[in-house]
Amino acid sequence: MRLTIDSDVCIGAGMCAMTAPSVFTQDDDGYGAVLPGREDGGGDPLVTEALRACPAQAIAWGEGGEG
Amino acid sequence: MTATGAKATAPSAPAFPQDRTCPYQPPADYPGLAAHGPLTRVTLYDGRQVWAVTGHAEARALLVDPRFSSDRAHPGFPVVMPRAENQSDVEIPLIGVDDPRHSRQRRMLIPHFGTKRIAAMRPQIQRIVDGLIDTMLAKGNEAELVSAYALPVPSMVICALLGVPYGDHEFFESRSRALLAAPTAEEAAEARVELQDYLHRLIDTRQGESGGGLEGILGELVSERLAEGELDRDELVMMALVLLIAGHETTSNMIALGTFTLLEHPDQLEALRAEPALMPGAVEELLRYLSIADGLVRVATEDVEIAGRTIRAGEGVLLATSVINRDAGAYERPDALDVRRSARHHVAFGYGVHQCLGQNLARTEMEIALGTLITRIPTLRLAVAPDEIPVKPADTLQGIYALPVAW
Repeated sequence: MRLTIDSDVCIGAGMCAMTAPSVFTQDDDGYGAVLPGREDGGGDPLVTEALRACPAQAIAWGEGGEG
Repeated sequence: MTATGAKATAPSAPAFPQDRTCPYQPPADYPGLAAHGPLTRVTLYDGRQVWAVTGHAEARALLVDPRFSSDRAHPGFPVVMPRAENQSDVEIPLIGVDDPRHSRQRRMLIPHFGTKRIAAMRPQIQRIVDGLIDTMLAKGNEAELVSAYALPVPSMVICALLGVPYGDHEFFESRSRALLAAPTAEEAAEARVELQDYLHRLIDTRQGESGGGLEGILGELVSERLAEGELDRDELVMMALVLLIAGHETTSNMIALGTFTLLEHPDQLEALRAEPALMPGAVEELLRYLSIADGLVRVATEDVEIAGRTIRAGEGVLLATSVINRDAGAYERPDALDVRRSARHHVAFGYGVHQCLGQNLARTEMEIALGTLITRIPTLRLAVAPDEIPVKPADTLQGIYALPVAW
């Protein structure tokens, strides 16, 4: 399972990067992004919090191997 | 359950909004609303009844549901105070529009409010804050903190970010206050037109200057979005107007009311002074606890089942954030101010696609403004009795008009 952020849905609130900074960041344009190499969530329990915190529900777990 | 009427046990729908007595507590009758929640009926100033959401889970579900509209032009959109009457022909960009129009407007601004851009502003915000404290200290041992600090901090910051000259602050601050608190629709419209004219003139003047021109977000919107036809001039000016007002009115209320609340909770203030690393969490807790935008507004565009009841298409909904953010199902000891708690998932900035565009700027300003104030003026105290602090009425952003302090 891999974490993905739908940039067409993201509203740039930054909640993911604030909630689980070991996994998420914001790109230079202000949109949420998964840190390279952290697409599997790195076992960070805050990922679940970040998914819940996202006001646009732009983050999802998708298919895609072990990341 | 399919009943749409009032619960058999519900009292007649109470008035909404209501004045706060203590500026950092919800109005005395709101906990009663919650007791009949998470979804109940309230009565507006003109006698019409609408739904009020008081439950945390229900509020978050509703705020991400595209069947609820923010469009002020919708005939069912609740008018919660006289100054909002007959305003449906005036589009409020970002706030009063739905996707895809909302998304198009927001995406033009997202890069300006990203966490990295805002983090890069920290030194500038710190300089502004330090300069204002230097001035207060140089003048003696007392000050009126709203005018000396809480208002100028965000006002100077949004001016720098937008590209509006701070020298004009007395004009746009007074017109913004009129727009947000005028007793009648006519007076609010007058204030809005004055601000629109001001921004039009600013663009005209600066565009005519050789070499100088417009700076900040306004400069980029004019040179790129306007030039490329993505925005017309009127929409651009209204977007700038929304950013200018939202940028200083909200944060100034939070800095002033946040300071007052901390002074009234000396144990919490002491914890913050002893452990500055608590400040980011304390800002979240103050946002939750104070909920200054107390009454988000939506209208249903389809029938929606929530909490076992049906909100019919065309019916209005208010979200009482001061109650939602103290839902005992979401927060332990919700009525206690606790700077050490995780206030995560509060809806003080709203939730869903309309969640505050400037939230990271607001957080940064509050963190620096509150943290620097309590550190540099450790003996800060109220100069009057707490019950002498003038409280803003229900029908505007919640806060206080003045905060006399001494040290």
